[in-house]
Amino acid sequence: MASQAAAFPGKRGWSPQARREAMWAYAFLGPAFFFLFVLILFPILFAFWISLHDWSLIPRDFPLIGLKNYIEAAGDSLTVKSLRNTLVYTVGAVPVSMALSLILALIMNQDKLPFRTGFRTAYFIPVITSWVAVSFVWVWMFEPRFGLVNSFLGLFGITGIKWLASPFWALPAIMIVAIWKGLGYNMVIFLAGLQGIPRELHEAAKIDGANRWQGFWHITFPLLNPTIVFITVTAVIGSLQVFTPAVIMTTVQGEAGGPINSTRVMVYHIYSTAFRYNRLGYGAALAFLLFALILVITLVQLRLTQREVEYS
Amino acid sequence: MAATAMDQPTGASYVKRRRRGELIGVGLGLLVLIAGAIWMLLPLVWMLSASLMPLSEVIKVPPIWFAPDKYSLKNYIEVWGRVGFARFFLNSVFVAFTITFAQLLTSSMAGFAFARYQFPGRSVIFILILSTMMIPFQVIMIPLFIMMARLGFVNTYWGMIIPAIVTPFGIFMMRQFMLGVPKPLLEAARIDGASEPYIFSRIMLPLCKPAIAALAIFAFLGSWDNFLWPLIVINSKQLWTLPIAMSRFTEQYISQTHLQMAGASIMFIPVLIVFLLMQRHFIEGIALSGLKG
Repeated sequence: MASQAAAFPGKRGWSPQARREAMWAYAFLGPAFFFLFVLILFPILFAFWISLHDWSLIPRDFPLIGLKNYIEAAGDSLTVKSLRNTLVYTVGAVPVSMALSLILALIMNQDKLPFRTGFRTAYFIPVITSWVAVSFVWVWMFEPRFGLVNSFLGLFGITGIKWLASPFWALPAIMIVAIWKGLGYNMVIFLAGLQGIPRELHEAAKIDGANRWQGFWHITFPLLNPTIVFITVTAVIGSLQVFTPAVIMTTVQGEAGGPINSTRVMVYHIYSTAFRYNRLGYGAALAFLLFALILVITLVQLRLTQREVEYS
Repeated sequence: MAATAMDQPTGASYVKRRRRGELIGVGLGLLVLIAGAIWMLLPLVWMLSASLMPLSEVIKVPPIWFAPDKYSLKNYIEVWGRVGFARFFLNSVFVAFTITFAQLLTSSMAGFAFARYQFPGRSVIFILILSTMMIPFQVIMIPLFIMMARLGFVNTYWGMIIPAIVTPFGIFMMRQFMLGVPKPLLEAARIDGASEPYIFSRIMLPLCKPAIAALAIFAFLGSWDNFLWPLIVINSKQLWTLPIAMSRFTEQYISQTHLQMAGASIMFIPVLIVFLLMQRHFIEGIALSGLKG
């Protein structure tokens, strides 16, 4: 690297080699950067501009209304409800998914476990299945009369849960599907993290008389921290953006988010506001609200979980 | 390791006890894993089974989920033909392949630039690209729609493909992988007089097969599964992709569960086959994206 850094002679102009390198670099970078600029960077600024206007799909002069869209969002009961649902969904689904996938990964990480690859395949199949297909299958799993879920619960004497037709159970039903679908993904990442923990540490602890629980709590858990942080942060970001199952599983006569808006999540709220009710300006403001929420929650998580662990 | 020496004082009974403990752990673990695997697979097995049965059998109480004597391909023929899934399937395949190819091209070229060259603005541009990874699609979908409308791309294949041409995640992944390729390999080629495009396409890319496979899988699945953007940008039936066609089941073919399951299976089976064939790449790709990042 040192020789390449020296190729920049500072302010006196470039050596032919440095010039050649830079030219090739820009040539290779060009297409990606152009599209990134046009398709992501510019649209962010444009989105903010739109959010300051009363923008609609019909071309006309859009009045500049400043922050009115943002102020409206604060007092809009449907927006508050959508935010609440999105948060409940995230807080409900992510911890359960994390705990289950970590337990499964710990089991899978045992030395003498047979059929490891077979299990991994089984748990990973829902991950690769398309959300739309999955949503349809689970609509029928949750069907109160014919569905497998209620026939299963019937074995334990639990009957009569209306799941997707119930304002209380509809959101938990979607959480169950999300946990089901994401389990294999989280498990594979946990497993990779577990396999990165040096074996000698556990053996040394055993010799010192530590039991399994102590070994987990004092060695595995701290050393797995980067993996845990990675999975939590990505899972939370993904959950806050939930859309497909919340729409497909609750659509009745073209309208989703029911019953009584109990499954109306932020992304559907944004989509519906902008493209069904033709309020692009308000929709853009809502999108920034979601963005801010994601950003704040992510930063808080990183703050809370950041601790360096080194056992060398 | 001092392990063998330290085992001495506790003796053979201790070793035996530990071994028994491990066996119990494995046994209990197996039970949990089997229960979990049933939970994972049962819904999909039921989907495949229901897709082969007439509606009258699908809605029986208690549910039947295995009845080979009732199976036929009738539902598939109807969904593929009359409902029009043949067209929607081809649309999905076309869009997914185009997007995958475009993402591979832009990501590997940009990754190559970052991994191989020193140039002014290198770290600034890289940080800029990284920071766009945090932007949720929902923020840019409204301006993107307006832009596509201005360009006349609404309700066209272009409208579906263009917004997915580039992915900051892909650039990042390719860069990380290419940084791991030994520099002397590339330098040797240069000394032999190979041009930069040659080094990129003939030397670097073949060395990056795992990363390319992983990125191709992510890109393809992402497009195959994409519901929100086609919902916004497409309205004519000829351009529907499978997710859009499926979602219309909630309107047109409501409570036609047997057809819904056949449609869902049409989305599922090709992906399942590719997954079973290339499983290693899927799993490695996850590890690659998750941990080296």
